[in-house]
Amino acid sequence: MELELRGITKRFPGVIANDDVNLTIKTGEVLALVGENGAGKSTLMNIMYGLYHADEGQIFVDGNPVTFETSGDAIAAGIGMVHQHFMLVPVFTVAENVVLGVEPTTGLLGKLDTAEANAQVRDISGQYGLHLDPEALIESLPVGIQQRVEILKVLFRDAEIVVFDEPTAVLTPQEIEEFFNIVESLKASGRGIVFITHKLTEALKVADRISVLRRGKTVGEADPAEIDEIGLAELMVGRPVQLVVDKAPSQPGEPILSVDQIHAVDSSGRTLVDHVSFDVHAGEIVGVAGVQGNGQTELVEALTGLRDVITGSIHLGGEDITHATPRDVHRAGVAHIPEDRQRAGLVGDFSVAENMVLTRYHDDGFSTGIKMDWPKARAVAADLVEQYDVRTPSIQTAAGTLSGGNQQKVIVARELSRDLELVIASQPTRGVDVGSIEYIHAQVVKARDEGAAVLVVSTELDEVMALSDRVIVMFRGRIVANLRRDETEHNDIGLYMAGAKEQPVKTDAETTS
Amino acid sequence: MSVTDSTTPGTDAYVGMLESMSRTPEQKRRARNLGIGYFVAAGIALAIFVRGDGGTSTFTLGGDSSIGLPGIPLAWLCAIVLAALGGVQISRGTAKLQSALLAAATILFIVTLMAWAAAGRQFSLTGTLHDALKAATPLVLGAIAGILCERSGIINIAIEGLLLAGAFTSALVGSATNIWIGILAAMAVSAVLAWVLAWLAIRFHVDQVIVGFAINFFVLGLTSFLDSRVLTKNPQLNGTGTIAEWKVPGLSSIPIVGPILFEQTFYVYAALALVAITTWMLFKTKWGLRTRAVGEHPKAAGTLGVNVLRRRYINVTIAGAVAGFGGSWWTADVGRFNENITNGRGFIALAVVLVGRHHPVGALMAALVFGFTDALALKFAILNTGIPSEFLELAPFFVTLLVVASVGRGAHVPAALGKPYEED
Amino acid sequence: MTDTAIDSSNDSDGDHREGVIRRILARIDTTNAVILPLLALFGALVIGVFVIALSDVDKLRAGDVEGILTTIKDAYLALPNGAFNGWRAINETIVATTPLLLAGLAVAITFRAGLFNIGGTGQMLMGGMGAIYVGFSMDGPGFIQIPLGVLAGMVMGMAWGIIPGLLKARAGVHEVIATIMLNFIAGSLVLWLLKTDMFGREGRNDPISKLVTPEGQLPRLFGFLDRPELRAHIGFLIALSAAAFFWWLLERTTLGFEIRAQGANSHAARYAGMKPGRLIITSFAIAGGFAGLAGASEVLGTQGRATQGFAGDIGFDAIAVALLGRSTPTGTVLAAFLFGALQAGGQKMQVTTGVPIDLVLILRALIVLFIAAPLLMKAIFRFSSEAADSGPSFGGWGA
Repeated sequence: MELELRGITKRFPGVIANDDVNLTIKTGEVLALVGENGAGKSTLMNIMYGLYHADEGQIFVDGNPVTFETSGDAIAAGIGMVHQHFMLVPVFTVAENVVLGVEPTTGLLGKLDTAEANAQVRDISGQYGLHLDPEALIESLPVGIQQRVEILKVLFRDAEIVVFDEPTAVLTPQEIEEFFNIVESLKASGRGIVFITHKLTEALKVADRISVLRRGKTVGEADPAEIDEIGLAELMVGRPVQLVVDKAPSQPGEPILSVDQIHAVDSSGRTLVDHVSFDVHAGEIVGVAGVQGNGQTELVEALTGLRDVITGSIHLGGEDITHATPRDVHRAGVAHIPEDRQRAGLVGDFSVAENMVLTRYHDDGFSTGIKMDWPKARAVAADLVEQYDVRTPSIQTAAGTLSGGNQQKVIVARELSRDLELVIASQPTRGVDVGSIEYIHAQVVKARDEGAAVLVVSTELDEVMALSDRVIVMFRGRIVANLRRDETEHNDIGLYMAGAKEQPVKTDAETTS
Repeated sequence: MSVTDSTTPGTDAYVGMLESMSRTPEQKRRARNLGIGYFVAAGIALAIFVRGDGGTSTFTLGGDSSIGLPGIPLAWLCAIVLAALGGVQISRGTAKLQSALLAAATILFIVTLMAWAAAGRQFSLTGTLHDALKAATPLVLGAIAGILCERSGIINIAIEGLLLAGAFTSALVGSATNIWIGILAAMAVSAVLAWVLAWLAIRFHVDQVIVGFAINFFVLGLTSFLDSRVLTKNPQLNGTGTIAEWKVPGLSSIPIVGPILFEQTFYVYAALALVAITTWMLFKTKWGLRTRAVGEHPKAAGTLGVNVLRRRYINVTIAGAVAGFGGSWWTADVGRFNENITNGRGFIALAVVLVGRHHPVGALMAALVFGFTDALALKFAILNTGIPSEFLELAPFFVTLLVVASVGRGAHVPAALGKPYEED
Repeated sequence: MTDTAIDSSNDSDGDHREGVIRRILARIDTTNAVILPLLALFGALVIGVFVIALSDVDKLRAGDVEGILTTIKDAYLALPNGAFNGWRAINETIVATTPLLLAGLAVAITFRAGLFNIGGTGQMLMGGMGAIYVGFSMDGPGFIQIPLGVLAGMVMGMAWGIIPGLLKARAGVHEVIATIMLNFIAGSLVLWLLKTDMFGREGRNDPISKLVTPEGQLPRLFGFLDRPELRAHIGFLIALSAAAFFWWLLERTTLGFEIRAQGANSHAARYAGMKPGRLIITSFAIAGGFAGLAGASEVLGTQGRATQGFAGDIGFDAIAVALLGRSTPTGTVLAAFLFGALQAGGQKMQVTTGVPIDLVLILRALIVLFIAAPLLMKAIFRFSSEAADSGPSFGGWGA
């Protein structure tokens, strides 16, 4: 089967997501679709899957023009999609999720034939080595297994072309290897695979062909045998990209943040942070690496007072902040750049000025008692906007209308423009354009050079490796590695992230020497 | 490029409240509150029940059987047990037995209450339970309507308005033709109203809580308006017959259960049947799986070819028909329409949906509790207990608050409730 | 699921894009602020025409089209007539507006905090009870009794209003259910109180309170004109002051900032160190205070005594006012005026044409519906607008 997308154009208010895009997919091969965040890859695939309708252009299946009104049509044509954000109903079983829409029934009234559904799921699951229990509840399964359910959904409907949207974003290196095996077996069974990713190494590793999208346009095809990461990155971004952050070697001073055996659980008692201990010194950047979901988020919550710590202690410059409120932690000189800026970092409907004082309105002279000093707030905001190069029409503009990079800059400006003991930056450049990424990295390094202790939590291993003076790896809520940056390598950290390797517990003296 | 995750304020408040009820690290605090509650109840037992008229109250059970309960000793027992429970609860908590103990304690308290009220006299227990089931019926019907909507992801605050519209329509049309056609008309009218709710919520993304309230005002205003303008001047348009209770042959002679369960109007049987049917449909059929998927994760369903919007429209319209049927219960009971005859029962039905955790059987249980409170209030009024009638009137609402406050947590709410589904 | 290219641009292209969007949004805002409410009113009136016409069964049966049209004309003329024509009308409008404004503020403040306060009726009832107690149990001097009565009303309203706040913050009870239940409970409580010896009037069997003593009544605004039918009283000034306080609270205080943040994005508020429990309780308390003032104003000013239904259906009207006014201080004032005028006009309409005043309730419901569905309005009136303004994206709530 051959699927061709010709001249696809799709517009959203204010932006052209796909601009005259051409793409051909054949069964029996793996095509990687590569591009930055926002290049238009997902939009294109959604069009191919019938979830969006193109404004211009045409889709051809084996040379015949087709229209997909709904994803039902695409499914019927043999296209299956495994989405980046899983489309699974958490409270349903594996089998229920797989058969939804094509349920086996008995009798006239549509009674579900659960036994039949379970049997069919077991069958196909075994065929492709997916090993799934049809009666397991989705919400009880780890992310890597959930992805397999998505794959099973697609196979259940006899897909000939399978599209994977950023499939490895939430997998450990081990699970990624298993995933590639599955891809190989799908290809061997005669299917065509489209693999959307921004991870260049993976694209090079597994694809037969690579198509690059930039700002909604196809900028070229590449042969993995003939190109390398740097070349691909250039195609993707349009200019030579710096993969290393410019920074002087660190001069670590006193330990500022001392975390000692902290332990946190969720409401049902499940361990989230498992007896974690580490230090961060002044003038040092410690990076926390790990696949999303291994306790990093909860660790940051514990450090910033947003989550209860059951045992253990947290000290900031000697002061015990284990059970301090978020405000107390903030007042003690801690800056927190949250991992979800739209959810936790900003109030979208508030103006830039209001957001600039969101975490500081209660002191710093922005208010006396109950009365707010808005003139002062506005003045400071205007100052910071200029200083931190935030592109906004005015400080009264609603922060929600700014681009991702500028929103992040507002947060960075707000948090880093104070006297700080500790900076905690969680996923600081997620969803941010390349220019702003460089800027934010520079600001983080600057904070370090001014004497603050810096903790950077990121699921982008490249970011951690580029920024950190010291690297900590979290796996299943535990710290499994605590190494100086120059003592380790990308692959090494990968093994720790996957839980394949674990460092014996060292004393502080040993780790800082 | 809106940043906030909030689509609509009223909806967020509503859904946020539901969500907050299912996440709690405050088990200890809840346990402590429960203990305090036990002490308060014990206090009431001591202050009031123990000082009652004394004497034995006779609970008749239909036929010739009855149970006699001595008021004052029972009151002492109740006070001591509750105080003990309170002590245990506050100091150690009762962990896994907490719910069971709570249920038992509640029953003890209620029995003591009844013994005190009926001291020295007769009290038809079967009669009260019969009335409880009867009073619960419109609540059950309203709750099923609510469950159908909310399981599909649409909040339905307009149950009150749909019930009222059903009552009015069945009275008007029923008087002009006959009660049965009136019932059908009620179902049709409420179905249309519900469809409007769905249309505004789905097509125009109106905040579902707001549009629900608007429909409530609108129905209240329109029915009152028409009542004054048309029905008062044309009384022949406001007099249907009532529907009598039907004694199921054979089954109604079963001792105790018979008079309670098998001497009711067909509404009761219909409501019970609907509970069974809805439960089966929701959890055992293709329709139910797709409906629940649409309410939990519409995108998942949509990407698999399920028509999310059409399913929501259909379910909400059916819910409207059920509510219309529920509204006609008032007309069948009283034989006419009175302004605002539903008087808040639609909101109690909403509470029933929540307490019953969006499950038809759970809703039935909850509705029975409220119905029992209603029936009890009526009995107390007859028994002349010295409690002012206004307190009896407010009892169901007070009980609702108590129950929601103590039972609400832990419920799973359809995850996509209240969020408009975006299709390109 | 918009996978747009906007994020990857930080050059002048991006600025241009942001500028265009900003201009579009600004245009939508003006549209929303002024034109939509007017259109909503217009749409409601249109439907009202049909309601009146189709409900006049006698005339319909007689085929008296002219008669129907006359009724409609008279009814709709009576509305502005009763609202603005002459001192009497203006006074009636003021009298109707006052409780609507105060109760509207009670809903607006909780909306800004992201909460739904349906309990205006109950809070007003309890506030009224507190006020009337002061009103009948002492007789002057006025400069003590009147502020005391108003204060009592406010405090009782706060006490009743804080209950749903506490229930939500401490027990997770959703305020929609809590406030509705409390309304019914308050109604029964008030009925009982009015039958007791303490509150009830001697010599009367029906539930009615003792009369407010002359010194305790709120002075009339136009008392100097010596026309007893001009009923407007200083409750109106209290209401306006409350609106001003509301503005000051939201725009000039830290508490107001926190309330707005909590309502717009509760997650960010929490991360910024704001305490949601405290904010929930405080906003409900303030709301109860506003509603309590409404109760005080009604019993001490307008009615001079308390009956069972002295609060009417104010709770629901207040929601409509807050929605229409988008929970802003000025908006709420204007919306309250509109509804007050409708109320005053409706009374006249009922008197002169016999069309029941329930029509006003229908009109209000329709206005609320139209306001809450801007897309619907745009579809009907064929606006052209690009931005997906698809909901009550009223300023300050979060769309």
